[in-house]
Amino acid sequence: MPFAEAGLEKLARETRKTLLLLHSRAGTSHIGSAFSSVEILVSLHNGILAKEDVFILSKGHAASALYAVWDSCKIGGAPLDGYCRDGGVLHGHPDRLRCPGVAASTGSLGHGIPIGAGIAFARKRDAKKGRIFVLASDGELQEGSVWEAAASAGRLGLDNLAVIVDANGLQAFEHTENIMPFSTLEPKFLAFGCAVETVDGHDFGQLAKALGAVPFAPGKPSVILAKTVKGKGIKEFEGKLEWHYKSPAAADLERYLLELEET
Amino acid sequence: MRAAFAKTLLGLAEKNPDIFLLTGDLGFSVFEEFKARFPLRYLNCGVAEQNMLGMAAGMALEGKTVFVYSIIPFLLYRGLEQIRNDMCYQRLPVKLAGVGSGLAYGTAGGSHHAVEDIGVMTSLPDMAVFAPGDPLEAARLTEFSLSLETPCYIRLNKAGDAVVHTTETIAALEPGKPAKVFGGASRNVIFAVGNMVPEAVETAKLLKSRGREFSVYSVHTLKPLDEESIAGILRSSAVVATIEEHAARNGLFSAIAGVAAKNCIRAAIYASALPDSYSHEVGSRQYLRRLYRLDRDSLAEKLYAVKEGG
Repeated sequence: MPFAEAGLEKLARETRKTLLLLHSRAGTSHIGSAFSSVEILVSLHNGILAKEDVFILSKGHAASALYAVWDSCKIGGAPLDGYCRDGGVLHGHPDRLRCPGVAASTGSLGHGIPIGAGIAFARKRDAKKGRIFVLASDGELQEGSVWEAAASAGRLGLDNLAVIVDANGLQAFEHTENIMPFSTLEPKFLAFGCAVETVDGHDFGQLAKALGAVPFAPGKPSVILAKTVKGKGIKEFEGKLEWHYKSPAAADLERYLLELEET
Repeated sequence: MRAAFAKTLLGLAEKNPDIFLLTGDLGFSVFEEFKARFPLRYLNCGVAEQNMLGMAAGMALEGKTVFVYSIIPFLLYRGLEQIRNDMCYQRLPVKLAGVGSGLAYGTAGGSHHAVEDIGVMTSLPDMAVFAPGDPLEAARLTEFSLSLETPCYIRLNKAGDAVVHTTETIAALEPGKPAKVFGGASRNVIFAVGNMVPEAVETAKLLKSRGREFSVYSVHTLKPLDEESIAGILRSSAVVATIEEHAARNGLFSAIAGVAAKNCIRAAIYASALPDSYSHEVGSRQYLRRLYRLDRDSLAEKLYAVKEGG
Protein backbone atom coordinates (compact mmCIF):
# COMPACT_ATOMS: atom_id res chain seq x y z
CA MET A 1 0.00 0.00 0.00
CA PRO A 2 1.44 3.39 -0.96
CA PHE A 3 2.32 5.67 1.94
CA ALA A 4 -0.42 8.22 1.12
CA GLU A 5 -3.07 5.52 1.10
CA ALA A 6 -1.91 4.24 4.48
CA GLY A 7 -2.50 7.75 5.83
CA LEU A 8 -5.99 7.76 4.42
CA GLU A 9 -6.73 4.32 5.87
CA LYS A 10 -5.82 5.76 9.25
CA LEU A 11 -8.14 8.72 8.73
CA ALA A 12 -10.95 6.37 7.71
CA ARG A 13 -10.39 4.32 10.86
CA GLU A 14 -10.42 7.44 13.02
CA THR A 15 -13.59 8.58 11.30
CA ARG A 16 -15.36 5.29 11.98
CA LYS A 17 -14.29 5.39 15.62
CA THR A 18 -15.69 8.88 15.94
CA LEU A 19 -18.90 7.75 14.27
CA LEU A 20 -19.30 4.89 16.72
CA LEU A 21 -19.04 7.30 19.59
CA LEU A 22 -21.29 9.92 18.01
CA HIS A 23 -24.09 7.53 17.13
CA SER A 24 -23.85 5.65 20.38
CA ARG A 25 -24.00 8.81 22.44
CA ALA A 26 -26.80 10.46 20.44
CA GLY A 27 -28.73 7.25 19.78
CA THR A 28 -29.18 8.28 16.16
CA SER A 29 -29.84 6.18 13.05
CA HIS A 30 -27.97 5.80 9.76
CA ILE A 31 -24.56 4.63 10.99
CA GLY A 32 -24.61 2.03 8.19
CA SER A 33 -25.07 4.76 5.60
CA ALA A 34 -22.33 6.83 7.23
CA PHE A 35 -19.87 3.89 7.25
CA SER A 36 -20.36 3.17 3.55
CA SER A 37 -19.44 6.78 2.69
CA VAL A 38 -16.29 7.10 4.80
CA GLU A 39 -13.63 6.38 2.13
CA ILE A 40 -15.44 8.57 -0.41
CA LEU A 41 -15.58 11.49 2.03
CA VAL A 42 -12.00 11.02 3.23
CA SER A 43 -10.82 10.96 -0.40
CA LEU A 44 -12.74 14.10 -1.30
CA HIS A 45 -11.26 15.97 1.64
CA ASN A 46 -7.70 14.87 0.93
CA GLY A 47 -6.40 16.37 -2.26
CA ILE A 48 -9.61 16.44 -4.29
CA LEU A 49 -11.77 19.32 -3.07
CA ALA A 50 -10.05 22.58 -3.94
CA LYS A 51 -10.95 25.92 -2.40
CA GLU A 52 -13.22 26.86 -5.29
CA ASP A 53 -14.97 23.48 -5.37
CA VAL A 54 -18.34 22.78 -3.77
CA PHE A 55 -19.44 19.62 -2.00
CA ILE A 56 -23.08 18.73 -1.45
CA LEU A 57 -24.09 15.77 0.65
CA SER A 58 -27.29 14.82 -1.11
CA LYS A 59 -27.58 11.69 1.01
CA GLY A 60 -28.09 13.98 3.97
CA HIS A 61 -28.72 11.08 6.34
CA ALA A 62 -24.96 10.43 6.30
CA ALA A 63 -24.28 13.87 7.79
CA SER A 64 -22.48 12.35 10.77
CA ALA A 65 -19.87 10.94 8.37
CA LEU A 66 -19.23 14.39 6.95
CA TYR A 67 -18.86 15.90 10.41
CA ALA A 68 -16.59 13.06 11.52
CA VAL A 69 -14.42 13.35 8.41
CA TRP A 70 -14.05 17.07 8.97
CA ASP A 71 -12.93 16.25 12.49
CA SER A 72 -10.46 13.52 11.45
CA CYS A 73 -9.05 15.67 8.67
CA LYS A 74 -8.79 18.75 10.91
CA ILE A 75 -11.06 20.76 8.67
CA GLY A 76 -13.14 23.51 10.32
CA GLY A 77 -16.80 22.85 10.93
CA ALA A 78 -18.52 22.70 14.24
CA PRO A 79 -17.63 20.92 17.48
CA LEU A 80 -18.77 17.31 17.41
CA ASP A 81 -20.21 17.45 20.89
CA GLY A 82 -23.07 19.46 19.41
CA TYR A 83 -24.15 16.50 17.25
CA CYS A 84 -27.87 15.86 17.71
CA ARG A 85 -27.78 17.43 21.14
CA ASP A 86 -30.18 20.04 22.52
CA GLY A 87 -28.82 23.42 21.55
CA GLY A 88 -26.07 21.88 19.36
CA VAL A 89 -25.01 22.91 15.91
CA LEU A 90 -24.98 19.59 14.08
CA HIS A 91 -28.31 18.21 12.90
CA GLY A 92 -28.90 14.62 11.86
CA HIS A 93 -29.17 16.06 8.33
CA PRO A 94 -26.94 18.98 7.33
CA ASP A 95 -28.31 22.51 7.74
CA ARG A 96 -26.27 25.18 5.99
CA LEU A 97 -27.79 27.96 8.10
CA ARG A 98 -26.77 26.27 11.35
CA CYS A 99 -23.52 24.54 10.56
CA PRO A 100 -20.64 26.39 8.92
CA GLY A 101 -19.16 24.49 6.00
CA VAL A 102 -22.40 22.92 4.80
CA ALA A 103 -22.94 24.08 1.21
CA ALA A 104 -26.58 23.06 0.91
CA SER A 105 -29.13 21.80 3.41
CA THR A 106 -30.33 18.33 2.56
CA GLY A 107 -32.24 15.51 4.17
CA SER A 108 -34.96 14.62 1.72
CA LEU A 109 -33.51 12.57 -1.13
CA GLY A 110 -33.32 13.83 -4.69
CA HIS A 111 -32.53 17.46 -3.88
CA GLY A 112 -28.74 17.67 -4.04
CA ILE A 113 -28.21 16.97 -7.73
CA PRO A 114 -30.65 19.65 -8.99
CA ILE A 115 -29.09 22.15 -6.57
CA GLY A 116 -25.62 21.11 -7.72
CA ALA A 117 -26.74 21.51 -11.34
CA GLY A 118 -27.94 25.04 -10.52
CA ILE A 119 -24.58 25.94 -9.00
CA ALA A 120 -22.74 24.38 -11.94
CA PHE A 121 -24.94 26.24 -14.44
CA ALA A 122 -24.44 29.60 -12.70
CA ARG A 123 -20.67 29.00 -12.64
CA LYS A 124 -20.63 28.16 -16.33
CA ARG A 125 -22.46 31.38 -17.10
CA ASP A 126 -19.92 33.34 -15.06
CA ALA A 127 -16.98 31.36 -16.45
CA LYS A 128 -16.14 30.71 -12.82
CA LYS A 129 -13.82 27.94 -11.72
CA GLY A 130 -14.63 25.05 -9.46
CA ARG A 131 -16.17 21.62 -9.62
CA ILE A 132 -19.39 20.70 -7.87
CA PHE A 133 -19.30 17.27 -6.24
CA VAL A 134 -22.57 15.74 -5.09
CA LEU A 135 -22.69 12.55 -3.05
CA ALA A 136 -25.94 10.66 -3.56
CA SER A 137 -27.12 7.29 -2.33
CA ASP A 138 -28.16 4.46 -4.62
CA GLY A 139 -31.67 4.38 -3.15
CA GLU A 140 -31.86 8.10 -3.86
CA LEU A 141 -31.61 7.38 -7.59
CA GLN A 142 -35.22 6.21 -7.45
CA GLU A 143 -36.29 9.85 -7.11
CA GLY A 144 -37.52 11.29 -10.40
CA SER A 145 -35.83 14.61 -9.69
CA VAL A 146 -32.44 12.87 -10.02
CA TRP A 147 -33.21 11.98 -13.63
CA GLU A 148 -34.66 15.38 -14.40
CA ALA A 149 -31.38 16.81 -13.17
CA ALA A 150 -29.26 14.24 -15.02
CA ALA A 151 -31.04 14.98 -18.31
CA SER A 152 -30.72 18.69 -17.70
CA ALA A 153 -27.04 18.59 -16.68
CA GLY A 154 -26.34 16.40 -19.71
CA ARG A 155 -27.96 18.69 -22.24
CA LEU A 156 -26.44 21.79 -20.63
CA GLY A 157 -23.00 20.19 -20.80
CA LEU A 158 -22.29 20.72 -17.12
CA ASP A 159 -18.89 19.07 -16.98
CA ASN A 160 -18.20 21.00 -13.77
CA LEU A 161 -20.72 18.73 -12.03
CA ALA A 162 -19.76 15.35 -10.62
CA VAL A 163 -22.17 12.95 -8.97
CA ILE A 164 -20.80 10.22 -6.76
CA VAL A 165 -23.21 7.40 -6.00
CA ASP A 166 -22.56 5.56 -2.76
CA ALA A 167 -23.98 2.27 -3.98
CA ASN A 168 -24.18 0.31 -0.74
CA GLY A 169 -27.01 -1.83 -2.02
CA LEU A 170 -29.35 -1.35 0.90
CA GLN A 171 -32.07 1.24 1.25
CA ALA A 172 -34.43 1.90 4.13
CA PHE A 173 -36.55 -1.21 3.75
CA GLU A 174 -35.24 -3.22 0.81
CA HIS A 175 -32.24 -4.36 -1.13
CA THR A 176 -31.69 -1.70 -3.79
CA GLU A 177 -31.15 -4.49 -6.30
CA ASN A 178 -34.85 -5.42 -6.03
CA ILE A 179 -36.00 -1.91 -6.89
CA MET A 180 -33.43 -0.38 -9.23
CA PRO A 181 -30.66 -2.86 -10.05
CA PHE A 182 -27.08 -1.59 -10.04
CA SER A 183 -26.54 -2.89 -13.57
CA THR A 184 -29.14 -0.43 -14.89
CA LEU A 185 -27.40 2.66 -13.53
CA GLU A 186 -24.48 3.04 -15.92
CA PRO A 187 -26.58 2.68 -19.10
CA LYS A 188 -29.11 5.14 -17.71
CA PHE A 189 -26.55 7.82 -16.86
CA LEU A 190 -24.83 7.27 -20.21
CA ALA A 191 -28.13 7.68 -22.04
CA PHE A 192 -28.73 10.93 -20.16
CA GLY A 193 -25.48 12.36 -21.49
CA CYS A 194 -23.16 11.73 -18.55
CA ALA A 195 -19.73 10.09 -18.47
CA VAL A 196 -19.57 7.19 -16.02
CA GLU A 197 -16.83 5.39 -14.06
CA THR A 198 -17.38 2.50 -11.68
CA VAL A 199 -15.04 2.07 -8.71
CA ASP A 200 -14.70 0.18 -5.45
CA GLY A 201 -15.93 2.88 -3.05
CA HIS A 202 -13.66 1.62 -0.26
CA ASP A 203 -10.49 1.57 -2.35
CA PHE A 204 -8.54 4.79 -1.93
CA GLY A 205 -6.48 4.19 -5.04
CA GLN A 206 -9.49 3.76 -7.29
CA LEU A 207 -11.32 6.67 -5.67
CA ALA A 208 -8.37 9.05 -6.04
CA LYS A 209 -7.96 8.08 -9.67
CA ALA A 210 -11.62 8.60 -10.54
CA LEU A 211 -12.21 11.73 -8.45
CA GLY A 212 -8.99 13.26 -9.73
CA ALA A 213 -10.08 12.66 -13.33
CA VAL A 214 -13.25 14.79 -13.06
CA PRO A 215 -14.41 15.94 -15.57
CA PHE A 216 -14.15 12.60 -17.35
CA ALA A 217 -15.15 14.08 -20.70
CA PRO A 218 -15.48 17.66 -21.88
CA GLY A 219 -19.11 18.79 -21.98
CA LYS A 220 -20.39 15.92 -19.89
CA PRO A 221 -21.28 15.64 -16.21
CA SER A 222 -19.23 12.96 -14.48
CA VAL A 223 -20.82 10.11 -12.56
CA ILE A 224 -18.84 7.86 -10.26
CA LEU A 225 -20.65 4.69 -9.30
CA ALA A 226 -18.91 3.73 -6.08
CA LYS A 227 -19.69 0.17 -5.04
CA THR A 228 -19.69 0.05 -1.26
CA VAL A 229 -20.82 -2.05 1.65
CA LYS A 230 -23.39 -0.67 4.03
CA GLY A 231 -21.94 -0.61 7.53
CA LYS A 232 -18.42 -1.23 6.14
CA GLY A 233 -15.82 -1.77 8.85
CA ILE A 234 -17.76 -3.65 11.51
CA LYS A 235 -18.67 -7.20 10.48
CA GLU A 236 -21.85 -7.12 12.54
CA PHE A 237 -23.09 -4.04 10.61
CA GLU A 238 -22.06 -5.02 7.11
CA GLY A 239 -24.89 -5.54 4.67
CA LYS A 240 -27.46 -5.54 7.45
CA LEU A 241 -30.65 -3.57 6.98
CA GLU A 242 -31.15 -2.97 10.70
CA TRP A 243 -28.00 -0.82 10.84
CA HIS A 244 -29.86 1.77 8.82
CA TYR A 245 -31.70 2.37 12.08
CA LYS A 246 -29.77 1.04 15.07
CA SER A 247 -27.16 2.89 17.03
CA PRO A 248 -24.31 1.08 18.79
CA ALA A 249 -24.98 0.21 22.42
CA ALA A 250 -22.51 1.69 24.88
CA ALA A 251 -21.72 -1.79 26.17
CA ASP A 252 -20.59 -2.91 22.70
CA LEU A 253 -18.41 0.09 21.92
CA GLU A 254 -15.18 -1.35 23.22
CA ARG A 255 -15.60 -4.47 21.10
CA TYR A 256 -16.35 -2.44 17.98
CA LEU A 257 -13.44 -0.08 18.53
CA LEU A 258 -11.14 -3.05 18.94
CA GLU A 259 -12.42 -4.57 15.70
CA LEU A 260 -11.57 -1.34 13.87
CA GLU A 261 -8.08 -1.35 15.35
CA GLU A 262 -7.46 -4.88 14.17
CA THR A 263 -8.45 -4.31 10.55
CA MET B 1 -50.73 41.54 -15.76
CA ARG B 2 -48.46 38.87 -17.17
CA ALA B 3 -47.23 41.37 -19.74
CA ALA B 4 -46.59 43.94 -17.00
CA PHE B 5 -44.54 41.36 -15.13
CA ALA B 6 -42.54 40.46 -18.26
CA LYS B 7 -41.87 44.11 -19.07
CA THR B 8 -40.81 44.91 -15.53
CA LEU B 9 -38.52 41.90 -15.43
CA LEU B 10 -36.91 43.03 -18.67
CA GLY B 11 -36.23 46.45 -17.20
CA LEU B 12 -34.79 44.95 -14.01
CA ALA B 13 -32.60 42.54 -15.96
CA GLU B 14 -31.27 45.46 -17.96
CA LYS B 15 -29.89 46.98 -14.77
CA ASN B 16 -29.00 43.85 -12.85
CA PRO B 17 -26.73 41.32 -14.59
CA ASP B 18 -27.44 38.68 -11.94
CA ILE B 19 -31.11 38.33 -12.85
CA PHE B 20 -32.00 34.99 -14.47
CA LEU B 21 -35.29 33.68 -15.75
CA LEU B 22 -36.10 29.98 -15.63
CA THR B 23 -39.24 28.65 -17.22
CA GLY B 24 -40.89 25.28 -17.24
CA ASP B 25 -41.44 25.45 -20.98
CA LEU B 26 -44.05 28.21 -20.71
CA GLY B 27 -44.06 31.85 -21.71
CA PHE B 28 -45.10 31.84 -25.37
CA SER B 29 -45.67 35.48 -26.45
CA VAL B 30 -44.45 36.60 -23.01
CA PHE B 31 -40.71 36.03 -22.79
CA GLU B 32 -39.53 36.18 -26.41
CA GLU B 33 -37.94 39.56 -25.80
CA PHE B 34 -36.20 38.48 -22.61
CA LYS B 35 -34.87 35.41 -24.40
CA ALA B 36 -33.62 37.51 -27.32
CA ARG B 37 -32.02 40.20 -25.19
CA PHE B 38 -30.56 37.99 -22.47
CA PRO B 39 -30.04 34.56 -24.01
CA LEU B 40 -27.46 33.59 -21.40
CA ARG B 41 -29.74 34.53 -18.53
CA TYR B 42 -32.76 32.69 -19.83
CA LEU B 43 -33.21 28.95 -19.47
CA ASN B 44 -36.08 26.80 -20.55
CA CYS B 45 -35.69 23.97 -18.04
CA GLY B 46 -38.16 21.87 -19.94
CA VAL B 47 -41.15 20.13 -18.48
CA ALA B 48 -39.31 19.21 -15.30
CA GLU B 49 -40.36 21.45 -12.45
CA GLN B 50 -38.58 19.69 -9.59
CA ASN B 51 -35.20 20.12 -11.25
CA MET B 52 -36.05 23.68 -12.26
CA LEU B 53 -36.78 24.65 -8.66
CA GLY B 54 -33.71 22.86 -7.32
CA MET B 55 -31.53 24.54 -9.93
CA ALA B 56 -33.02 27.91 -9.01
CA ALA B 57 -31.97 27.31 -5.40
CA GLY B 58 -28.47 26.31 -6.51
CA MET B 59 -28.17 29.43 -8.62
CA ALA B 60 -29.34 31.53 -5.68
CA LEU B 61 -26.55 29.95 -3.62
CA GLU B 62 -24.21 31.38 -6.25
CA GLY B 63 -25.69 34.83 -5.71
CA LYS B 64 -28.05 34.87 -8.67
CA THR B 65 -31.47 36.53 -8.56
CA VAL B 66 -33.65 33.86 -10.08
CA PHE B 67 -37.22 34.24 -11.30
CA VAL B 68 -38.99 30.95 -11.97
CA TYR B 69 -42.07 31.01 -14.14
CA SER B 70 -44.82 28.54 -14.90
CA ILE B 71 -48.57 28.02 -14.61
CA ILE B 72 -49.37 28.15 -10.90
CA PRO B 73 -50.25 24.51 -10.10
CA PHE B 74 -47.23 23.21 -12.05
CA LEU B 75 -44.92 25.78 -10.51
CA LEU B 76 -45.99 25.23 -6.92
CA TYR B 77 -47.23 21.72 -6.46
CA ARG B 78 -45.04 19.41 -8.53
CA GLY B 79 -41.99 20.60 -6.69
CA LEU B 80 -43.50 21.79 -3.43
CA GLU B 81 -40.81 20.02 -1.45
CA GLN B 82 -38.11 21.80 -3.47
CA ILE B 83 -39.81 25.07 -2.60
CA ARG B 84 -40.00 24.09 1.05
CA ASN B 85 -36.56 22.52 1.58
CA ASP B 86 -34.41 24.18 -1.07
CA MET B 87 -35.81 27.72 -0.85
CA CYS B 88 -37.67 28.30 2.41
CA TYR B 89 -35.58 26.13 4.73
CA GLN B 90 -32.38 27.49 3.21
CA ARG B 91 -33.77 31.04 3.03
CA LEU B 92 -32.81 31.57 -0.59
CA PRO B 93 -34.48 34.56 -2.24
CA VAL B 94 -35.82 32.83 -5.34
CA LYS B 95 -38.85 34.52 -6.92
CA LEU B 96 -41.66 32.21 -7.99
CA ALA B 97 -43.87 33.87 -10.58
CA GLY B 98 -47.00 31.87 -11.20
CA VAL B 99 -49.44 32.67 -13.97
CA GLY B 100 -53.14 31.92 -14.07
CA SER B 101 -54.53 32.85 -10.67
CA GLY B 102 -57.90 31.45 -9.66
CA LEU B 103 -60.01 30.45 -12.62
CA ALA B 104 -57.95 32.29 -15.24
CA TYR B 105 -57.52 29.06 -17.22
CA GLY B 106 -61.30 28.58 -17.13
CA THR B 107 -62.05 26.03 -19.82
CA ALA B 108 -58.71 24.26 -19.37
CA GLY B 109 -60.25 22.70 -16.29
CA GLY B 110 -59.37 22.09 -12.67
CA SER B 111 -55.83 20.83 -13.31
CA HIS B 112 -54.95 24.38 -14.37
CA HIS B 113 -56.97 26.34 -11.81
CA ALA B 114 -55.23 27.92 -8.82
CA VAL B 115 -57.77 27.94 -6.03
CA GLU B 116 -55.73 27.00 -2.97
CA ASP B 117 -52.31 28.48 -3.78
CA ILE B 118 -52.52 31.38 -1.32
CA GLY B 119 -53.25 28.93 1.47
CA VAL B 120 -50.43 26.61 0.47
CA MET B 121 -47.84 29.32 0.02
CA THR B 122 -48.72 31.43 3.07
CA SER B 123 -48.37 28.24 5.12
CA LEU B 124 -44.69 27.95 4.23
CA PRO B 125 -42.42 29.56 6.81
CA ASP B 126 -40.05 32.20 5.37
CA MET B 127 -42.14 32.58 2.20
CA ALA B 128 -43.58 35.98 1.19
CA VAL B 129 -46.76 35.99 -0.88
CA PHE B 130 -47.91 38.70 -3.27
CA ALA B 131 -51.13 38.75 -5.27
CA PRO B 132 -51.18 41.91 -7.34
CA GLY B 133 -54.61 43.31 -8.16
CA ASP B 134 -53.70 45.03 -11.40
CA PRO B 135 -50.78 45.40 -13.82
CA LEU B 136 -49.38 48.37 -11.91
CA GLU B 137 -49.28 46.42 -8.66
CA ALA B 138 -47.68 43.51 -10.51
CA ALA B 139 -44.90 45.79 -11.74
CA ARG B 140 -44.41 47.47 -8.37
CA LEU B 141 -44.31 44.21 -6.40
CA THR B 142 -41.98 42.55 -8.91
CA GLU B 143 -39.56 45.43 -8.39
CA PHE B 144 -39.99 45.17 -4.65
CA SER B 145 -39.26 41.44 -4.68
CA LEU B 146 -35.62 42.19 -5.46
CA SER B 147 -35.14 43.60 -1.97
CA LEU B 148 -36.22 40.39 -0.23
CA GLU B 149 -33.73 38.09 1.45
CA THR B 150 -36.17 35.18 1.54
CA PRO B 151 -38.19 33.49 -1.23
CA CYS B 152 -41.44 34.89 -2.52
CA TYR B 153 -44.39 33.87 -4.61
CA ILE B 154 -45.98 36.32 -7.03
CA ARG B 155 -49.49 35.26 -7.98
CA LEU B 156 -50.09 36.65 -11.44
CA ASN B 157 -53.27 36.76 -13.41
CA LYS B 158 -53.13 36.23 -17.16
CA ALA B 159 -54.07 38.99 -19.58
CA GLY B 160 -56.65 41.70 -19.99
CA ASP B 161 -56.63 43.03 -16.43
CA ALA B 162 -58.17 46.43 -15.79
CA VAL B 163 -55.99 49.03 -14.13
CA VAL B 164 -57.43 50.06 -10.76
CA HIS B 165 -54.62 52.31 -9.60
CA THR B 166 -53.87 55.89 -10.53
CA THR B 167 -50.37 57.28 -10.87
CA GLU B 168 -50.77 58.70 -7.36
CA THR B 169 -52.12 55.61 -5.64
CA ILE B 170 -49.50 53.34 -7.18
CA ALA B 171 -46.75 55.73 -6.18
CA ALA B 172 -48.08 55.62 -2.62
CA LEU B 173 -48.33 51.81 -2.58
CA GLU B 174 -46.45 50.21 0.25
CA PRO B 175 -45.61 46.54 -0.14
CA GLY B 176 -47.30 44.74 2.71
CA LYS B 177 -50.01 47.32 3.27
CA PRO B 178 -53.49 46.97 1.71
CA ALA B 179 -54.03 49.66 -0.91
CA LYS B 180 -57.27 51.57 -1.14
CA VAL B 181 -58.28 51.48 -4.77
CA PHE B 182 -61.86 52.75 -4.57
CA GLY B 183 -64.19 54.80 -2.38
CA GLY B 184 -63.99 57.61 0.11
CA ALA B 185 -64.46 57.45 3.84
CA SER B 186 -67.12 54.76 3.70
CA ARG B 187 -67.81 52.63 6.77
CA ASN B 188 -68.34 49.66 4.51
CA VAL B 189 -65.28 47.91 3.22
CA ILE B 190 -64.43 45.26 0.70
CA PHE B 191 -61.09 43.50 0.90
CA ALA B 192 -60.26 41.91 -2.41
CA VAL B 193 -57.26 39.95 -3.58
CA GLY B 194 -55.47 39.62 -6.90
CA ASN B 195 -57.61 39.08 -9.96
CA MET B 196 -60.80 39.94 -8.02
CA VAL B 197 -59.72 43.50 -7.27
CA PRO B 198 -61.06 44.99 -10.54
CA GLU B 199 -64.29 43.00 -10.11
CA ALA B 200 -64.58 44.30 -6.53
CA VAL B 201 -64.21 47.86 -7.80
CA GLU B 202 -66.99 47.25 -10.33
CA THR B 203 -69.09 45.75 -7.55
CA ALA B 204 -68.56 48.87 -5.43
CA LYS B 205 -69.56 51.04 -8.37
CA LEU B 206 -72.78 49.09 -8.78
CA LEU B 207 -73.49 49.37 -5.08
CA LYS B 208 -72.80 53.08 -5.18
CA SER B 209 -75.29 53.51 -8.00
CA ARG B 210 -77.84 51.91 -5.68
CA GLY B 211 -76.95 54.18 -2.79
CA ARG B 212 -74.57 51.95 -0.85
CA GLU B 213 -71.00 53.16 -0.40
CA PHE B 214 -68.17 50.64 -0.11
CA SER B 215 -64.48 51.30 -0.23
CA VAL B 216 -62.26 48.65 -1.83
CA TYR B 217 -58.82 47.58 -0.65
CA SER B 218 -56.43 45.48 -2.65
CA VAL B 219 -54.72 43.05 -0.30
CA HIS B 220 -51.77 42.61 -2.64
CA THR B 221 -49.49 41.24 0.06
CA LEU B 222 -50.81 38.20 1.91
CA LYS B 223 -47.57 37.57 3.72
CA PRO B 224 -46.23 39.31 5.63
CA LEU B 225 -49.71 40.62 6.37
CA ASP B 226 -49.88 44.15 7.72
CA GLU B 227 -52.13 43.25 10.61
CA GLU B 228 -52.01 46.69 12.13
CA SER B 229 -53.42 48.51 9.13
CA ILE B 230 -56.02 45.80 8.53
CA ALA B 231 -57.09 46.00 12.18
CA GLY B 232 -57.39 49.77 11.81
CA ILE B 233 -59.67 49.40 8.80
CA LEU B 234 -61.73 46.71 10.56
CA ARG B 235 -62.21 48.87 13.66
CA SER B 236 -63.69 51.71 11.66
CA SER B 237 -65.90 49.53 9.47
CA ALA B 238 -69.56 48.66 9.78
CA VAL B 239 -69.75 46.05 7.02
CA VAL B 240 -66.73 43.94 6.08
CA ALA B 241 -66.60 41.81 2.96
CA THR B 242 -63.88 39.68 1.40
CA ILE B 243 -63.76 38.75 -2.26
CA GLU B 244 -61.37 36.20 -3.70
CA GLU B 245 -61.11 33.77 -6.57
CA HIS B 246 -59.69 31.21 -4.16
CA ALA B 247 -61.05 28.94 -1.48
CA ALA B 248 -62.18 30.85 1.63
CA ARG B 249 -60.23 28.49 3.85
CA ASN B 250 -56.66 29.76 4.20
CA GLY B 251 -57.25 32.48 1.68
CA LEU B 252 -58.12 36.13 2.10
CA PHE B 253 -61.15 35.46 4.29
CA SER B 254 -59.09 33.40 6.75
CA ALA B 255 -56.41 36.09 6.80
CA ILE B 256 -58.83 38.92 7.56
CA ALA B 257 -60.81 36.83 10.06
CA GLY B 258 -57.57 35.99 11.81
CA VAL B 259 -56.69 39.65 12.24
CA ALA B 260 -60.19 40.38 13.59
CA ALA B 261 -60.00 37.53 16.09
CA LYS B 262 -56.49 38.39 17.23
CA ASN B 263 -57.44 42.01 17.83
CA CYS B 264 -60.82 41.29 19.48
CA ILE B 265 -62.67 43.11 16.70
CA ARG B 266 -66.29 41.99 16.50
CA ALA B 267 -67.20 41.85 12.85
CA ALA B 268 -69.29 39.63 10.65
CA ILE B 269 -67.15 39.12 7.58
CA TYR B 270 -69.10 38.43 4.42
CA ALA B 271 -66.94 36.05 2.46
CA SER B 272 -67.25 35.56 -1.25
CA ALA B 273 -64.99 32.78 -2.36
CA LEU B 274 -64.86 29.55 -4.29
CA PRO B 275 -66.43 26.43 -2.79
CA ASP B 276 -64.34 23.83 -0.96
CA SER B 277 -64.55 21.52 -3.92
CA TYR B 278 -62.78 21.45 -7.28
CA SER B 279 -64.84 22.69 -10.19
CA HIS B 280 -65.91 20.23 -12.84
CA GLU B 281 -67.99 22.74 -14.74
CA VAL B 282 -66.85 23.56 -18.26
CA GLY B 283 -66.72 27.25 -18.86
CA SER B 284 -64.86 30.49 -19.25
CA ARG B 285 -63.75 32.42 -16.22
CA GLN B 286 -66.74 34.74 -16.62
CA TYR B 287 -69.10 31.79 -16.79
CA LEU B 288 -67.53 30.19 -13.72
CA ARG B 289 -67.56 33.44 -11.80
CA ARG B 290 -71.30 33.77 -12.41
CA LEU B 291 -71.76 30.17 -11.39
CA TYR B 292 -69.92 30.69 -8.12
CA ARG B 293 -71.51 34.14 -7.62
CA LEU B 294 -68.18 35.92 -7.92
CA ASP B 295 -69.32 38.22 -10.72
CA ARG B 296 -70.03 41.87 -10.02
CA ASP B 297 -73.82 41.52 -10.24
CA SER B 298 -74.02 38.61 -7.83
CA LEU B 299 -71.53 40.28 -5.47
CA ALA B 300 -73.41 43.58 -5.51
CA GLU B 301 -76.69 41.80 -4.91
CA LYS B 302 -75.24 39.93 -1.94
CA LEU B 303 -73.64 42.98 -0.35
CA TYR B 304 -76.66 45.22 -1.03
CA ALA B 305 -78.71 42.92 1.16
CA VAL B 306 -76.28 43.27 4.07
CA LYS B 307 -77.47 45.81 6.60
CA GLU B 308 -74.97 48.03 8.37
CA GLY B 309 -74.11 46.69 11.76
CA GLY B 310 -75.88 43.49 10.78
